Amino acid sequence: MSSEIATKTYSLSWLGHFFSSSVGRKLIMSLTGLFLCLFLAVHMSGNLQLLKSDGGRAFNEYAYFMTHFAPIKVVSYITYFLILLHAFDGVALALKNRQARPVKYAATPAGSTWASRNMALLGIIIFFFLVVHLKSFWFEYKFGAMPSVTYDGKEFKDLYSIVKEAFSQWWYVLLYLVSLVALAYHLIHGFQSAFQTLGLSHKKYTPIIQAFGWIFSIGVNLGFAIQPLYLFFIQQS
Amino acid sequence: MKITLKVWRQKNAQDNGRFETYNVADIESDMSFLEMMDVLNQQLIKDKKDPVAFDHDCREGICGMCSMVINGHPHGHVKATTTCQLHMRSFKDGDTIVVEPWRAKAFPVIKDLAVDRSAFDKVIQAGGYISVNTGSAPEANSVPVPQDMAEKAMDAAECIGCGACVAACKNSSAMLFLSAKVSHMALLPQGQPERKKRVISMMKAHDEAGFGSCTNTGACEAYCPKGISITNIARLNREFLSAALSSEQPV
Amino acid sequence: MKLDAKIPAGNLEDKWTTYRSKCKLVSPANKRRLDVIVIGSGLAGASAAATLGELGYNVKCFCFQDSPRRAHSIAAQGGINAAKNYQNDGDSIYRLFYDTIKGGDYRSREANVYRLAEASVQIIDQCVAQGVPFAREYGGLLANRSFGGVQVSRTFYARGQTGQQLLLGAYSALSRQIAAGSVKMYNRHEMLDVVVIDGKARGIIARNLITGQLERHGAHAVLLCTGGYGNVFYLSTNAMGSNVTAAWKAHRKGALFANPCFTQIHPTCIPVTSGYQSKLTLMSESLRNDGRVWVPKKKEDRLKPPQQIPEEDRDYYLERMYPAFGNLVPRDIASRAAKVVCDEGRGVVKSGYAVYLDFSDAIKRLGKDVIAARYGNLFEMYQRIADDNPYETPMKIFPAVHYTMGGLWVDYDLSTTIPGLYALGEANFSDHGANRLGASALMQGLADGYFVIPVTIAQFLADEIRTPPINTNQAAFAEAQNNVQAQIDRLLGIKGNKSVDDFHMALGKIMWDKCGMARNAEGLKQARKEIQTLREEFWQNVLVPGTANEFNPELEKAGRVADFLELGELMVIDALNREESCGGHFREEFTEDGEAKRDDANFQYVAAWEFTGTGKDPQLHKEELVFENVKPSTRSYK
Repeated sequence: MSSEIATKTYSLSWLGHFFSSSVGRKLIMSLTGLFLCLFLAVHMSGNLQLLKSDGGRAFNEYAYFMTHFAPIKVVSYITYFLILLHAFDGVALALKNRQARPVKYAATPAGSTWASRNMALLGIIIFFFLVVHLKSFWFEYKFGAMPSVTYDGKEFKDLYSIVKEAFSQWWYVLLYLVSLVALAYHLIHGFQSAFQTLGLSHKKYTPIIQAFGWIFSIGVNLGFAIQPLYLFFIQQS
Repeated sequence: MKITLKVWRQKNAQDNGRFETYNVADIESDMSFLEMMDVLNQQLIKDKKDPVAFDHDCREGICGMCSMVINGHPHGHVKATTTCQLHMRSFKDGDTIVVEPWRAKAFPVIKDLAVDRSAFDKVIQAGGYISVNTGSAPEANSVPVPQDMAEKAMDAAECIGCGACVAACKNSSAMLFLSAKVSHMALLPQGQPERKKRVISMMKAHDEAGFGSCTNTGACEAYCPKGISITNIARLNREFLSAALSSEQPV
Repeated sequence: MKLDAKIPAGNLEDKWTTYRSKCKLVSPANKRRLDVIVIGSGLAGASAAATLGELGYNVKCFCFQDSPRRAHSIAAQGGINAAKNYQNDGDSIYRLFYDTIKGGDYRSREANVYRLAEASVQIIDQCVAQGVPFAREYGGLLANRSFGGVQVSRTFYARGQTGQQLLLGAYSALSRQIAAGSVKMYNRHEMLDVVVIDGKARGIIARNLITGQLERHGAHAVLLCTGGYGNVFYLSTNAMGSNVTAAWKAHRKGALFANPCFTQIHPTCIPVTSGYQSKLTLMSESLRNDGRVWVPKKKEDRLKPPQQIPEEDRDYYLERMYPAFGNLVPRDIASRAAKVVCDEGRGVVKSGYAVYLDFSDAIKRLGKDVIAARYGNLFEMYQRIADDNPYETPMKIFPAVHYTMGGLWVDYDLSTTIPGLYALGEANFSDHGANRLGASALMQGLADGYFVIPVTIAQFLADEIRTPPINTNQAAFAEAQNNVQAQIDRLLGIKGNKSVDDFHMALGKIMWDKCGMARNAEGLKQARKEIQTLREEFWQNVLVPGTANEFNPELEKAGRVADFLELGELMVIDALNREESCGGHFREEFTEDGEAKRDDANFQYVAAWEFTGTGKDPQLHKEELVFENVKPSTRSYK
C-alpha cells in the first residue's frame, strides 16, 4: 500500500493549529490590518465630501449610497467582522505575549520604536475611539431619530448636520485628533510590519514599502484630521 | 573607578528574587564587565557571603554563554557586543549599574543571573539539522553553492545562541534565533530536502517552549551581538507560511 | 607495563584500510544493547556521540556548559586543514602527514598522523553535507587559504569562525540523535570520576551542576573528549571552564598521561593589562603576513609612544634573527623570540610583556583599504579589547598558552591504558607531537569523533555483547561516589582565607614563569616544590562558599583547581625529564646557537606517566617512536 493511501485521512484540525501558531496569528493581524488600511483610505477619501461647500448635499448623498448599495453593504459587514477579528486576535496575542515574560525588567530594554512596542495600547485607544465614533454617527444614522433633507424631491437623512454639530464641540475635535495620532503611530509600525510578517522583505522593495507606509500613515490621518478641523474652524466662523 | 551595582539575587528557580546593592572599588577601565563581576565575587567570598552566580565561558564573544541585562540592555549598551566583551571604559566612575538576568518564561532562572536556555536546544532538536549520517556525504565540491548564498547563509549561521534576542524582545520571542537557523539551512542546497518539514517542526517547538510571537519591533536585531538581521525573520515567515500551506506536513 | 600502541602492520598507506577491513564488528541488534558514555561535547565529543548514536549504540553525552553548542572548540578561528588538493598546488595526504609530523618536531606517531591526514578529506565532505557554510569562490566551489606557514593552500574556513561553524555542524548532528532518542544529553553535568570494574571502565560519577546531586551512570565504554589543560596556567586562550578533571581522574585510576609538558604558546595574543585579567584573547596568526614585529633597541624607549621612536632605534628582531622566514616563523619560534626581547627589558607596556605588531609599512605599501579588507574584523576586535586603533598605533601582542599537545596516552584505537576508556581530540596526545600546526586541531577532533572511534570502539565492544547493562549498585560505583562526595565535603569544610582564584593565579604564575616558554632544570625543580607547597596550602586554606546541593560555580572551580595543582606537578616532572628542546618544549640548557636542540638518540619517545599517588614520583613508561617513512631532521628557519 502506498503511503498516500495509508495516510489518506483528511481533517481540518490543521487550520486551527495553523492559525493559533505564533506566525499564523500574526498572519491574521497582517492580512486584516492591510485590509483595514485599504478601508481607511476609502473612508477618508469618501469623507472628504465634508469639505465641499454645498451645505452637506454631496456628503449626505454619499452616505445614502454607502448604506444602500448592496455590494458596499456586504463589504461593510466584512469590514466590521475584520475589525473585530483584528481586535480580538490582537488582544489574544498581547495576552499570550505578556505571559512569555512573567517577571518584568527593572530597566526595560529598548532598541525599538515606541510605537512598535505599544501596538496593543494604540489599538485599544483606536478601539475605544471606534466605539464613540460609531455611536455618534453610524448608530444614529441607522437607529437614531435623524433630521432629514430633501434634494431634488428625494428625502435623505441629514448626517451632515449631525457631523457638523459634533465637530462644533472642541473636546470632540480634540478626541478625534488624539485618536488620529494614535492611529498614525499604529499605522506607521503596522503597515510595514504587515509586509515583514508576510515574509515580503527584499533589499530593493522593503525601503519602498517603508517609505510608502510612512506617507500613507501620515497622509490618511492628515486627511481625516482636516475634516473636524475644517468643520470646527471654517464652518463655525 | 568606583561602581555601585544593583544585582538581581535569586537563590533558585523557586525563590522570588530581589535586588541587592553592592559597591566595588578599584575597577580599572580595561577590565571587562565580567572581570568587574569577578572582583565583586572575590569581595563577597572574602566577606563570607554568597558570590553572584552568572554564566560565562569563552570570554571572547563566541560561546554565547554570558547573559546579563545591564541597565536594561541585553549584553550592555555597546552595539554588537557580548557581555564578556563589554569593557568598563564604557562606564563612568561613580555609575550605578543595574544587572538582571535574561527574563523570559522559556528561560527560567537557575540562580541569580544564570538562566536555563535549554529551550533553544529543544528548538534545534526539532529540526535544526540536515539529516546526513557520517560517511554518507558526497564529495564536497559536487554541489556548488553560489557565493552570495553561502555568504548569506553564513550571516545567519553566525548566531551564537546567547538568547539576547529573547531578552530584548518585549514578547520574549525567539524568532531571531529560530530564523537564523532556518535561514542558514534554507539558503543552502544541502538544506532543501527537509526545508518544509524543518520550518514547521521548529516553529512548533518554538511556540511550545513558551516564547512569545514576533511583533517586528526590531529590538532583537538592535541587541544581537552578532548583528543578525530581522530579514531572517521575514524569510522565516515566508518559509513557514509556504511550508504550512503547501506541504502535507501537519502544522 | 609494556606500552603497546597496537599499530597495524603493513605499509603506512594501507594500515587504516587494512584495519577497517579486518577489525571486529558489532551487529545492529547488539549495538542497541551497548551503552557508551561520551564526556564533552566539543568537536570530538559531539561528533563521536552523534556518530555512535547513528550507528545504533545507546549514548549518553555530558557537558558542563548549559548547551553542547558552547564547548570551546567554538572559539577556533582560522580553519581546518584537509588534503583535498582543490588548489592543484601539489598537496596530498602524504604531504599533510609529512607537514604534521615535521611541524610536531618528530614527537608524534606516524600511523596515527597518516590516518588523520586520510580522514581529513572525508571531514570536509561530511561538514559540507551538514550545511557548514565554508567560504566559497565565485563559481560556487570551496575556497582555501594557506595557513601556518605551510607551502600549500589546504585550509578550509568560514570567515574567522571556523570552529564555531564546525561545532554547530556537529551539534546539529548530535541534536538529531538526541531527538531520535539514541543520545541522551546531560547539560550542566560534570564528570567527577571514572568507575573501573575488573580493569575496565564501566561508568562515571557525574555531578548535576544545578542541584549538586551526584549521579551514577554505567556504560560498556567511556569516551573522554574533554579538551586540553591549558588553564593550568590560569591565563590562557582557553574558556574559563576548560579543565583537566575528567582526564586527571582517569589518570588517577590508571590511565597513563603522555607528554604533559608539551604546551603550545601562541605568539599573537592581546597582552595582559591588569592583575584582574581572567582570560587572554588570541589574534589570528594571519596578522603576521603583513605586520612587522618589533621592540625598541634601547630599554629607555620602551614606554615612549611608538611613533616617536625613529626607524633606526627599532629592532625588528624576527627579521634580524630569522632572515629567511622573518615574521612568519612558526609559532614556537616567534613566541620564544618575544620572550627573549622582553626578558632583556625591552617589552613595550608597563609590565614589560608585550611587543609591537606594526602595520604602518603594509598600510603605506598597500593602502588602508587593502589592510582593512584583509584584517578589518581583527582590527575591530583588537580595538574593542585594547581600546587602541591599530591603523594608527602598532598593535601590542604577547604570547599566550593556547593548546596542549600532551594528554592521555592512547593506542591506535584511541584507547587509554584502561580498557573501555578512550580519549579523543585535544584530550589525547597522539597526533601533534611537540607542536601543533595551525588549523590542525579542528581536523583532529573531527577525525577522531566522526571516523576513527566509530570503527575502533567495535574492536572492544564486540567482546562486550554478552555484558548486560552495567549495574550502578555495584561496590565500585558506591566507592567512587563516596570518594567524590568526600572531596566535595572536604573542599567545603576547609573554610580558609583564600579564594580558589587566588590559588589558581598562584599556580598559573609558577607554571608560566618556570614551565612556560622556556624551562630549565633549576626552575623546574623549584617549581615542583612550590606547587607542592601551594597544594598543601590549598587543602588547608581554601575558602569555598556555599553548599554542595546547589548551583555553586565556586565549588566547581575548586575541584578543577585541585586537579590542576596535581597536573602542574606532573608537567614539571615531565619537562624536567625531557632533557632536550623540541617544539613547544624549550629547555634553556639544550640549545645550539640559541636555537632548540632536539635529542633523538635519547628522547625519541613518548613519555607516558603512571600515577603512583599525590606528590609521589610518577612512574615513567616509554613508547619509542619509530619513523619508518620520514627521516627526522632539524627544523631551521634562519
